Amino acid sequence: MCGKTLYDKLWAEHVVRTDEDGTALLYIDRHLVHEVTSPQAFEGLRLAGRRPWRPHAALAMPDHNVPTVNREQGIEDPISRLQVETLDENCRTFDIPEFSMTDPRQGIVHVVGPEEGATLPGMTVVCGDSHTSTHGAFGALAFGIGTSEVEHVLATQCLIQKKSKNMRVRVEGKAGTGVTAKDIALAIIGEIGTAGGTGYVIEFAGEAIRDLSMEGRMTLCNMTIEAGARAGLVAVDDKTLEYVRGRPFAPREDLWEQAVAAWRELHSDADAVFDREVVLDAAAIVPQVTWGTSPEMVAPVTGRVPDPSAEPIEVKAEGMRRALAYMGLEAGTPITEIAVDKVFIGSCTNSRIEDLRAAAAVIKGRRKADNVRQVLVVPGSGLVRRQAEAEGLDRIFIDAGFEWREPGCSMCLAMNADRLEPGERCASTSNRNFEGRQGPGGRTHLVSPEMAAAAAIAGHFVDVRAF
Amino acid sequence: MQAFNTFTGIVCPLDRANVDTDAIIPKQFLKSIKRTGFGPNLFDEWRYLDHGEPGQDCSQRPLNPDFALNDPRYQGAQILLARENFGCGSSREHAPWALADYGFRVIIAPSFADIFYNNCFKNGLLPIVLDAETVDALFGKAGGREALEITVDLAAQTLTLADGTVIPFDVDPFRKQCLLEGLDDIGLTLRHTDDIKAYEARRRREAPWLFQER
Repeated sequence: MCGKTLYDKLWAEHVVRTDEDGTALLYIDRHLVHEVTSPQAFEGLRLAGRRPWRPHAALAMPDHNVPTVNREQGIEDPISRLQVETLDENCRTFDIPEFSMTDPRQGIVHVVGPEEGATLPGMTVVCGDSHTSTHGAFGALAFGIGTSEVEHVLATQCLIQKKSKNMRVRVEGKAGTGVTAKDIALAIIGEIGTAGGTGYVIEFAGEAIRDLSMEGRMTLCNMTIEAGARAGLVAVDDKTLEYVRGRPFAPREDLWEQAVAAWRELHSDADAVFDREVVLDAAAIVPQVTWGTSPEMVAPVTGRVPDPSAEPIEVKAEGMRRALAYMGLEAGTPITEIAVDKVFIGSCTNSRIEDLRAAAAVIKGRRKADNVRQVLVVPGSGLVRRQAEAEGLDRIFIDAGFEWREPGCSMCLAMNADRLEPGERCASTSNRNFEGRQGPGGRTHLVSPEMAAAAAIAGHFVDVRAF
Repeated sequence: MQAFNTFTGIVCPLDRANVDTDAIIPKQFLKSIKRTGFGPNLFDEWRYLDHGEPGQDCSQRPLNPDFALNDPRYQGAQILLARENFGCGSSREHAPWALADYGFRVIIAPSFADIFYNNCFKNGLLPIVLDAETVDALFGKAGGREALEITVDLAAQTLTLADGTVIPFDVDPFRKQCLLEGLDDIGLTLRHTDDIKAYEARRRREAPWLFQER
């Protein structure tokens, strides 16, 4: 009999019951909640006269709509304000723990969960947000759900699920200097495509993955959804345990020892069999820049904007032509000749302390280029912001002409006031370069924090390895 | 949820791959705390020539004549024909809410993004996966002078074209039953309350750190 994958183990530990056709009831350990995808779920509970099954298994916070300046003045947009107030009200009514907008611990739910130790190895973690895949960095089975499922988890602490297939992506060897988790993630998506992971849970393995910090592993797992897989996983190791130890929600003393013993088992067995395996050479990965309107439309910074006429599949070629028209780019343009109007450093992909340190290190003592109209630095949480300020990173950003903001999703999806104007081009550390994602008509290029910071200084993309 | 009955509807072809949920319903409409009323803003940025904001009277807005939804042939369409990886990106259930609110009941594509696919079933929408060749052929027919009409029979798992062509499709038996009977998932799960409680009792012994109250 062959061994089990990490996903097999996590799945088996959480199955409450399985029907003959394989439909399972899966128990959910942690439910993260934000203001955008929850109001209709709470309303559903109310209409059915139901109460949450285990309210303290949930943790809520507003993040998508919150302003990143002058927060003490409240939210100007009345529709956004109502949505955030509705979350506050629902959490009070249903006894759900909440970090409200003015709580110093508030931030992007996928930054705060791990930071608080609310995300633990071996858990099932869900949230009405596709980037819940982030938490897989801890050897937790974590995936995004829709609002009907948010209601289902609130009411039953379970989800109706079918098991996915197993994929392993091994990134072997050592990544070069200036090549980050973001570049590895984009290179993987470039390799397998945005639908390459559909129907799979992806476990990331190999030396380059083990070498990543927990922040890097979160960045990588965060982007798993952009490869179509609902969940990404990294096996538990000493780095995982060191990160979790001592966090507010983490177990202590005897319970800690007991948990660690269990968590040490959270890896795929040596003889586990995967339905699909992909291998990348870390040394061959260079800093990546997306040029189109899908994360798979990505090129190395040393490359050029590709030519649709060289694409044999017509639907794909047409998609490329449409993307180039939207992005205002000519085929064959060197990536380093693309100038940017704005830079965004933030989002659940890249707004953790390590990301801010890396960006600050690139720009220290320099100033943003004159053609760059605005550079936003939006920390992922109030605690990240505080830590960055304690290290003086805020000064480095401000001295460079960057804007130092309060935590939230901000210009990753532009639900608050932070957005691109039509036609504006942005180097962004976020996760989606879809049409209109950062504002109607806005043009997004996904990059690492180092690459975004360097673009802000140079005024166009540059290879951060030679910057 | 309303039960899914057999019906005959017009097909609207949307010839783009990787249509993401940001395109299906842009972020400014996600600020609503309601489940209904998203139909007029379905595909807002492609459908209208101006910029849409919540609360607008969409009947007064300039339409993009080149967008399929605005084509006179496809008015009243209940079946959306799409390309690979439809519904990728954000988990927002506002996407299937908008499609259903507009009047779509079926989406046909060679592949769907996972979360979107799952969300459809919770809202009485049937996503049908057909091989790329069949989808290509349907695009050919749907682009003709007369709109293509298809009869969707979920119980029999068939699509029937006006010329008599029958195309079978696969659907998960559990999801099929839920759609046909309009079943409420939560109600179904709560039938297993004893199983959930037994699971919790066991896990409290095996992994007590998961049940700490702070």
